[in-house]
Amino acid sequence: MNAAPAATGPHLLEVDNVSKYFGNVIAVREISAYLNGGEVLCILGDNGAGKSTLIKILSGVHQPDSGRLLVDGEDAHFTSPRDSRARGISTVYQDLAMVPLMSIWRNFFLGVEPTKGIPPFRRFDVRLAKRTVREQLLGIGIDIRDPDQPVGTLSGGERQAVAVARAVHFGARVLILDEPTSALGVKAAGVVLRSVVQARDRGVGVVFITHNPHHAYPVGDRFVILNRGQSLGSYAKGEIDLDELIRLMAGGEELTELQQELQTMAPPAGSER
Amino acid sequence: MAKAAEALPPRPRDERLAQTGLFARLFKLPELGALVGAVAVFCLFWIEGNGFASIDGSANWTDSASELGIMAVPVALLMIAGEFDLSAGVMVGSSGLLLGLLVKHLDLNVWPAIVLVLLFGMVMGLINGALVMSTRLPSFIVTLATFFILQGVNLGGTETFTGSVLVSDIDSAKGYGSAKRIFATTWWSPHDFQVRVFWWLGITAVGAWVLMRTRFGNWIYSVGGDAVAARNVGVPVVRTKILLFMATSTTASLLGIMTALLLRSVQAGEGIGREFYFIIAAVVGGCLLTGGYGSAIGASIGALIIGMATIGIPFAGWDQNWVFLFLGVILLAAVLLNAAIRHWAARARL
Repeated sequence: MNAAPAATGPHLLEVDNVSKYFGNVIAVREISAYLNGGEVLCILGDNGAGKSTLIKILSGVHQPDSGRLLVDGEDAHFTSPRDSRARGISTVYQDLAMVPLMSIWRNFFLGVEPTKGIPPFRRFDVRLAKRTVREQLLGIGIDIRDPDQPVGTLSGGERQAVAVARAVHFGARVLILDEPTSALGVKAAGVVLRSVVQARDRGVGVVFITHNPHHAYPVGDRFVILNRGQSLGSYAKGEIDLDELIRLMAGGEELTELQQELQTMAPPAGSER
Repeated sequence: MAKAAEALPPRPRDERLAQTGLFARLFKLPELGALVGAVAVFCLFWIEGNGFASIDGSANWTDSASELGIMAVPVALLMIAGEFDLSAGVMVGSSGLLLGLLVKHLDLNVWPAIVLVLLFGMVMGLINGALVMSTRLPSFIVTLATFFILQGVNLGGTETFTGSVLVSDIDSAKGYGSAKRIFATTWWSPHDFQVRVFWWLGITAVGAWVLMRTRFGNWIYSVGGDAVAARNVGVPVVRTKILLFMATSTTASLLGIMTALLLRSVQAGEGIGREFYFIIAAVVGGCLLTGGYGSAIGASIGALIIGMATIGIPFAGWDQNWVFLFLGVILLAAVLLNAAIRHWAARARL
């Protein structure tokens, strides 16, 4: 089902025939996909397609009921998000990554604060934190005006980009982005897509979950399309064009039918109000 | 990639920059409003005269402020972490009474009694914190329960052990003299500043340093600002909050010890109702009731405002009851100001 591997040797991250059930509901069924460093794997699907379940398996929130999860070609069993983080897999959630009332530099280092001094006078190295934040954000093309600014005053795209920069800075080898652009306007989505490309160019493997093929196609190297918990196929960039991607994603024939239906409903040309 | 780049002209400079800059500066100083208020209140009573601004007068209102300020700092940290402790006031009484009973009825030396009382404070904080975190109930309701439990124990227990409504003659205990020199002496004769004023300043300095310059301080902000986000990035949310409950109740024990040694007797009703003053001081000092934002120094300035008003109103020859009106007005003003800040900082620009 997969396209031919782009790199030799074990893949950075791979799922092999994973399934996950919630009671008698099949959330994902026999999904296979892989990711190498410096690549962007896009996972596309409509609401309820199983995207969230799949990333929760990748990030250790859920354990697959069957199938294998491999990191660097070895079986991996994550029992919590902490386990996956320890293997360099970092998940950027849509709204849960930042505390809006806290400044950018406090958010950036939250949970991994750099310290200096000896106990009991060990303290947060504030100067280092502020300098690092400014450098890292400039590195992904964001010129923040003031690292003391509360994150709540950043635009949605800037906030996502800060989260991406944070994950990359802390040595993420795999970055899982959960619908990073879905709530954003065009400009803000652009800020995020740019940061995805920057992360990829640093050798990070990016799993980009979205229901927007227009956002996925320009940055993706490979595309896995989910529908109702099953994979509709995995395509390398050269094997599929944007229109086909859109058609597959919306469930193929369903969209064609919808188009025809809408066309018959459309008023004749010239009568537009 | 090419498509994405096409859609993205370089970001123009934000025309709202000037406005953001002003707000950002205000935002960085949650204690600013309180500072302005403190200066205004001081000036008011200074003009009213009667020696409010004299050294003797200052000894008076710094003492009143210190009693609130010692507690306002941990209460503020707890509030920034998104929790309340309504039992903080009555804990002062419980601790004072416990100290009195230990030295009077068990004939303990004051020093080991102090250690036991501080341990009692830690345990009570642990209980409050563990209850709140394990039940996931609002701390408001959990600590309201411990408040009433302690109030019952204070009143009933004092009656049972002493047959009266107070524990007295604490100064006859062994070790009283040396303990008093640390916790309850006066300084700079003949003006007689209370030594707890220095405790207050010290606790404020430690609280401010912890909040602004340590890892733990960063965690305090985060667990109050968004506990889910904090947990997701690896902040030990439960531990952080429980430690803050413990800091609050242990500080209440410290204040109870100071009060008992200073007054040499403790009323069974000591401290009841004071929790609201601590919370008012923290809110006036810029802490958001909903957590995530605030300042330890601000809480101390809030305590200073209340202390100055409590002493300044009778100094000016006004009826003492106007203090309540004053407290209500400054609380309302502070809440409105804080709400505006929160509204501005928390809204998302998409």
